[in-house]
Amino acid sequence: MRGALASGCDFFAGYPITPASPILMMMLRDLPARGGIGMQGEDEIASIGMCIGAAMSGARAMTATSAPGISLYSENIGLAIMGELPLVVVDVQRLGPSTGAATTTAQGDIQFVRWGTGGGFPIIALCPSTIAECYTLTMKAFDLAERFRCPVFLMADKELALTMKSVNPSDYVDVEVRDREVVDPTELDPPLEYRYEPAGDVVPMQLYGGKHPVRFTGSAHTEDAFITKKPDIIGPLNEHLIRKITDHVDEISMVKTDFEDGARTLLVSYGVTAGSMREAVTLVRANGTRVSALTVQSLWPVPESEIVAAAAGVDRVVIAELNPGLYKRELERVIHDVEIVGISRIDGVLISPEQIVEVIV
Amino acid sequence: MSTPIELLPNPTLRTEDDYPFCPGCGHGPVLDALNSALVRLELEPHEVVIVSDIGCSGLSDQFFTTSAFHGLHGRSITYATGIKLARPDLEVVVIMGDGGTGIGGAHLLSAARRNIGITVLVLNNFNFGMTGGQHSTTTPEGFITPTTPSGNLEHPLDICATVGVNGAAYAYRGTSFDDDLVDRIVEGIEVDGLSMMDVWDLCTAYFVRNNKFSRRQIDQTMEVLGLESGVLYRSDKPEFTTAYRRLAEGQHEGLRVKSVVATTGSTLEKRRHFVVAGSAGGRVRSAARLVALAAMRSGLWAAQRDDYPITVKSGHSVSEVIISPEEIHYNGIDKPDVVVIVSDDGVGKAGPYLEAMEVTDTVYVVAGLVLPATAAKVIVLDAAASETRIPKASLALALVSHAVDRSEIVPFDLFEATAGEGGFGEKNLELLAAGVALTEA
Ligand SMILES: Cc1ncc(C[n+]2csc(CCOP(=O)(O)OP(=O)(O)O)c2C)c(N)n1
Ligand code: SF4
Ligand SMILES: [Mg+2]
Repeated sequence: MRGALASGCDFFAGYPITPASPILMMMLRDLPARGGIGMQGEDEIASIGMCIGAAMSGARAMTATSAPGISLYSENIGLAIMGELPLVVVDVQRLGPSTGAATTTAQGDIQFVRWGTGGGFPIIALCPSTIAECYTLTMKAFDLAERFRCPVFLMADKELALTMKSVNPSDYVDVEVRDREVVDPTELDPPLEYRYEPAGDVVPMQLYGGKHPVRFTGSAHTEDAFITKKPDIIGPLNEHLIRKITDHVDEISMVKTDFEDGARTLLVSYGVTAGSMREAVTLVRANGTRVSALTVQSLWPVPESEIVAAAAGVDRVVIAELNPGLYKRELERVIHDVEIVGISRIDGVLISPEQIVEVIV
Repeated sequence: MSTPIELLPNPTLRTEDDYPFCPGCGHGPVLDALNSALVRLELEPHEVVIVSDIGCSGLSDQFFTTSAFHGLHGRSITYATGIKLARPDLEVVVIMGDGGTGIGGAHLLSAARRNIGITVLVLNNFNFGMTGGQHSTTTPEGFITPTTPSGNLEHPLDICATVGVNGAAYAYRGTSFDDDLVDRIVEGIEVDGLSMMDVWDLCTAYFVRNNKFSRRQIDQTMEVLGLESGVLYRSDKPEFTTAYRRLAEGQHEGLRVKSVVATTGSTLEKRRHFVVAGSAGGRVRSAARLVALAAMRSGLWAAQRDDYPITVKSGHSVSEVIISPEEIHYNGIDKPDVVVIVSDDGVGKAGPYLEAMEVTDTVYVVAGLVLPATAAKVIVLDAAASETRIPKASLALALVSHAVDRSEIVPFDLFEATAGEGGFGEKNLELLAAGVALTEA
């Protein structure tokens, strides 16, 4: 929440759901006095819809929910991708499927957000593993949303949102959040709303309320936002939407490394489980065993080169996650000829450092 | 001599393209009426955002030179609401079909209840034109569609009444054939709050064909259903965006960050786990919170994890507190060092903790509770014998006080200083003293 305010977020809409509700309540409490708008939508669809309308009108918009709400966001996430809209979507994960065990912690949505809307187009998802990182990565999420004109997910979880913890103020690192690149609102003869070539190049946005009319459409569209089905236009449009992300993975990738020379095992984790991994590393090293650790902060697109580099030279990669092995499959996709061991829990209980240590030694 | 230049209003906000609708389709004439209304209001293209839904009606925005938003089926009102909230100076007009009033029914209701300053034009042709004429929320009973082959059994939605009795500023029902349609649309746009224009028209491709429906039958149907036409509802309830901004004026910024300053160096060498188990309403969480805050004051790291049922005011309430000289990365408690149990609900949740505990650990429990087996040392405290009466809701605090005093988890003076702050400070200190003085049963 503080990260969003520090990013200049001035529009929030959400629908109550534990464990994301504190964000809704704090935003609705704090935004009005700052000249912003905070809304409780009649449902999740309305909440993200309002954010999308506001973003087209110049707002820096954010919404927050948990897995069941992401289901309801699904279609609008596609709309934001198609219409190239900057938007931050916070998913405070809880155990599923369905209503699940309300409310215990989990990391079960990480593939869901990646594939959660029709078409299979890439998205960006960041994943904080500490409370302070929630702040920093929220700012990063706003920045990336502006950079790539797209929805960016922040994958938090119940443990990060609801466990009260002492924090070190100096860990709250600010990230520069770029201003939205927009076409001069006084321009009477603006360029077209969209541009597909060169693919992956992001052009400045046009917002409602300037001196020229602006069109937006969630249907396949020409560069001036009229509906079209022409393959020679839709092809480049969709290619552009993909390349926007895939050509710029280096700008998005974020990992934290704790490597040790001669380590035979690489531990990989993200989110709350990365905390257990850190304590496991301390325990293992105290025993004189060498071990390396990699915390993935940008889950999507997968930071493939960082992962491959981290796994070079080890015999074994161990990944701990609170789901049935959802990110393990990404490791299996990018790492070859190294044994990959998964530790997963889907019973609402955290993976303990000891559970990780057992696998290493 | 120079003639003053007269700025003429835009003669039209229509593009040069012809509508793509079927011959005789009612949508075209309604859009023409909308255009005339916008022209009469002397609105410039950039001052208007047409938010179109999905369906044949959803194609509409493309035939206007205004700003446009074409989103998802049934959700047009949500985008329009976001646009209006962010840019109240814009004229926002939603064009949706009767289909949208079904799938987006919740949004229709909320728009009315908020009285958000947008105009909603429903091109109501009693069926889903675009997808093949299936029945919609407004299909009258008995009518034939591909999905009601033997006649519709569902009662048709009265759109105007729905929004009208729920807060909309303006609700009008008419048909695409009405002479005063332009006047009414002008009126609707000029209204500050939500304007609903329920305009009945013909889907020649489906509804007309399936039911031998005609212009005359539109009027007849209205009569049979007992529905009136014209301006049916008006209210002067304040418009939402204006009301929101007025309410926001003079509000102070809410964000308050109170930091805890570490005052004393703690001597704790390793991580400790403290658990309070009781019932909802037993102030378990606040008692545990004092321990965590006292730990932070002593320069330690602390984490507090609460567990309670969804019905917060009944059942158990358990708080786990982790206190550590090192930063806490793992929030779990595998084995507590100290457990305080103050009710049967607490006993019910304490089993796994008690099972994991060792001889060096301690359980503080009020007299009368039956505990499962544990290796830990169990100290049974007789709260009834206390000189200061300890109410049930304060048992947790009293026992926690006793436990803090007898163990070395946090310095008692810091715990006391923390508990003594705020409005309940004095009362807290009394309970702390009573807790410390508790004797074994
Ligand atoms: C979520 C979703 N479900 C279904 C559809 C398919 N669909 C397209 S138009 C439409 C109904 C249109 O009917 P109406 O709103 O009355 O507009 P008309 O075509 O009659 O003008 C439907 C169901 C869709 N686009 N999106
Ligand atoms: S299908 Fe019906 S609503 Fe659609 S254009 Fe044809 S007549 Fe009009
Ligand atoms: Mg229709």
